[in-house]
Amino acid sequence: MKRIDRSEKVRVHFHQAKWDEPIIYELSTPGERGILVGAPDEEIAGQTKGVDALPEGMKRNTKLNLPELSQSRVLRHYARLAQQTLGADVNIEIGQGTCTVKYSPKVNEQLSALIREYHPLQDADTVQGMLEIFHETDKYMSEISGMDHFTFQPGGGSQGILTMASVMRAYFKDKGEDRDEIITTIYSHPSDAAAPAVAGFKIVYLQPDEKTGVPDLEQLKAAAGPKTAGYIVANPEDTGVYNSHVKEFVDYIHSIGGLCGYDQANANGLLGVTRARDAGFDMCFFNLHKTFSTPHGCGGPACGATGVQKDLVQYLPAPIVDYDGEKYFLNYDICSNPCAVGKVREWYGVAPVVLKAYCWIRSMGPDGLYQVAKTAVLNNNYMFKKLMELPEVTAYYEDGNNQRIEQARYSLETMEKETGISTLDIQRRMMDFGMHYWTSHHPFYLPEPMTLEPTETPSKKDIDEYIETLKYVFKEAHENPDIIKTAPHRSVTHQVDESGMDDPARWATTWKMYLKKYSD
Amino acid sequence: MKKLGLIINPIAGMGGSVGLKGTDHVVEEAIRRGAQPRAGERVKAALTKLIEIRDQITVYTYPGDMGGELAKSLDFPTVLLTAAGTDAVDADSGYTAAGHTDAADTIELAKKLLEEQVDLLLFAGGDGTARDIYEAVELKVPCVGIPAGVKIHSPVYAKNPQAAGRLALMWLTGKVQKTEELEVLDIDEERYRREELSTRLYGYLLVPKEKTLTQNRKAPTPVSETASIEAIAYDIIEAMEPETCYLIGAGTTTRGIMHLLGLKNTLIGVDLICGKKLVAADLYGDTILSYIKGRRTKLIVTVTGGQGYLFGRGNQQLTPDVIKEIGKENIIILATKAKLAALGGRPLLVDTYDEACNLSLCGYYRAVTGYGEYTMCRVTID
Repeated sequence: MKRIDRSEKVRVHFHQAKWDEPIIYELSTPGERGILVGAPDEEIAGQTKGVDALPEGMKRNTKLNLPELSQSRVLRHYARLAQQTLGADVNIEIGQGTCTVKYSPKVNEQLSALIREYHPLQDADTVQGMLEIFHETDKYMSEISGMDHFTFQPGGGSQGILTMASVMRAYFKDKGEDRDEIITTIYSHPSDAAAPAVAGFKIVYLQPDEKTGVPDLEQLKAAAGPKTAGYIVANPEDTGVYNSHVKEFVDYIHSIGGLCGYDQANANGLLGVTRARDAGFDMCFFNLHKTFSTPHGCGGPACGATGVQKDLVQYLPAPIVDYDGEKYFLNYDICSNPCAVGKVREWYGVAPVVLKAYCWIRSMGPDGLYQVAKTAVLNNNYMFKKLMELPEVTAYYEDGNNQRIEQARYSLETMEKETGISTLDIQRRMMDFGMHYWTSHHPFYLPEPMTLEPTETPSKKDIDEYIETLKYVFKEAHENPDIIKTAPHRSVTHQVDESGMDDPARWATTWKMYLKKYSD
Repeated sequence: MKKLGLIINPIAGMGGSVGLKGTDHVVEEAIRRGAQPRAGERVKAALTKLIEIRDQITVYTYPGDMGGELAKSLDFPTVLLTAAGTDAVDADSGYTAAGHTDAADTIELAKKLLEEQVDLLLFAGGDGTARDIYEAVELKVPCVGIPAGVKIHSPVYAKNPQAAGRLALMWLTGKVQKTEELEVLDIDEERYRREELSTRLYGYLLVPKEKTLTQNRKAPTPVSETASIEAIAYDIIEAMEPETCYLIGAGTTTRGIMHLLGLKNTLIGVDLICGKKLVAADLYGDTILSYIKGRRTKLIVTVTGGQGYLFGRGNQQLTPDVIKEIGKENIIILATKAKLAALGGRPLLVDTYDEACNLSLCGYYRAVTGYGEYTMCRVTID
């Protein structure tokens, strides 16, 4: 036995599991079963018509094509796939820029499991505890944001933005005003434009000033007019730059009769520091997985909790969980305006997600939430300072003030010019060290962008390890660029052919489509 | 005492105002169409920036309109080099005149300036001129280009003559000391014949490095932009008014409209449509005016590649008179978001030959960047 050598700061021997696992349909063997379901007892069978009870139009004409596997093979299949992911529990979660997921305490997972047998159609009297949690979480989020009521119906961030846009549409419909334009900014999340477009709005983007990184008021005035329904933005934007004049923007939009929505998907740097309503916003939404510690990935259950000021509560999707002094109930009347949004998703929210957010808020307390903001901002600015010391890294929009909030977008253009290694190359190479790395939404407004967001989760040691890994890869860019150009080498897949991404004719999003398009 | 080499391509830019896509080999046709030499005005604007150090520099150039005449008129100490085939050096009569110089003169003078070991080579022209300069000097002497030609894709040219003058001043006074190698680009003739607008790299010149003053490489629209261009075209076509004339400017983005309407398009020219039908193709200057006078007309233009020019680069057919007739409120700008992104937030630029027209075009515009999607763009002159 000898002392283990830990002198290497970078995980140069990392290797992701690679199982060459087939698609589950390819594993199927006709007749193989995980469970053999017995026939119903005679007594039960006699009381129901079985599938014959279904209307003719709802019955399948062909047999459902499901893969046929034993339990152990199903378990093995998904366990292997799970090992091939680089999830938040195994990597130092910094490199998903703008989408970084913070640590989610496992105890909250266990608590949320307590309600998994609940059903949203249960009588309210039997789920008073869960309804209380909905109601209390509404109150906490109203306190955090300054809004008056929250809906938990939206199933994610984009749906939260869609709900905000839909509230704006409902409001103007009710007022009889024909307004069909939403103003946003280039560096706000793309969904701030995409979701209102889905709701039927035209989109007007504001561009950043080349020095400050945020638009000036004159540009907003040029963009806004009688057709402007609203202004929906993130602040800080994806660059990490905060528009400290945002209240003037909000005031101007109000002066021409518009409404303002704040994309607070990620409010890590703002908890206890600023409130959307205090800046004049009429509505906002939080992504519970980004700010309130409810894990979410791969399209799993999420919640874009959306809050509005009191005049707009009447347009929210019904119902809101309310309290009459004695018991909790589903209040449909509070959102009963004939122009109200209606449902944006079934029921009244994903209860386990709301429960986890509730637990997290309660465990942190008001001081804890404020500490989250301070730590997230400190972590990011520590990282910003350390990275800016590297010759390969630059940043735009410093303008005498390089303070970022909780994330930052950097540029690797100097390194790219010197070595030919681009930010996309670095992204692939970081996988070889078990690290996420993110560039930017498309198109790239800044050359060779690198966007990092530590949140409050990582320790100084974690951040230092991430920086050391980046330095290691940057050094490779100068000394051995080929190893980066050909990366990843130790990840699940090698370089993915993206050539078909723009070509629907080559897409195969289901097994059926795959067979149709790619069978010999 | 610093040595400043000066080369003016006196015919540069003459083709543009009369609907020719360049001036090389067609100068006589340009003159026949009424084109006037323009390069002199541009060089004068640049040299004016150097007057404050007039006593610290000597201009080396050829006599006549390749540089001597202008340098002397601004009282710069001037050394006139001897052109091939001439014995006398006579700046007043000049051995050259518009239409009588060609690429060989540019190349020869550039080589002579190299022998004279000038500190900076200031040249005026378009992409063709830049190619000639490259052929003669390669990376052996720092150069600054004054934009005066019809086609200017090469980032070796400053944004405008004034900027070229400022950059030269900073270099000659030591305020800028670093150089960078910038591309000499020109339209790829082979692909252009296939109606694809694509720039080709011919070489590099050494240019004093001052990022805000030189142009970005003009980036052709990548193929993945096709869907964006189509979305923009749908937005424009949906809003078209039946009685209004639409002038469709040059470029691949505006071409999307013509494609969707099934109309023949002039890739680097101006076409006129009305009622979704082609009225006239490949128009220029006065001819455009004759069509649109007294008719409600909208002008649809795009931004040129990575440079961000709205007017004055590659679309000189749209003369200040045409622009004034149409009016700022009837100008519709198209650009894919990727194209705007390549500008990194810098404003769009106008550089017509009419200062008042340039100023009148400044301000914010709502560029069409998708279907029902617009991006605010600021237009300035520098």
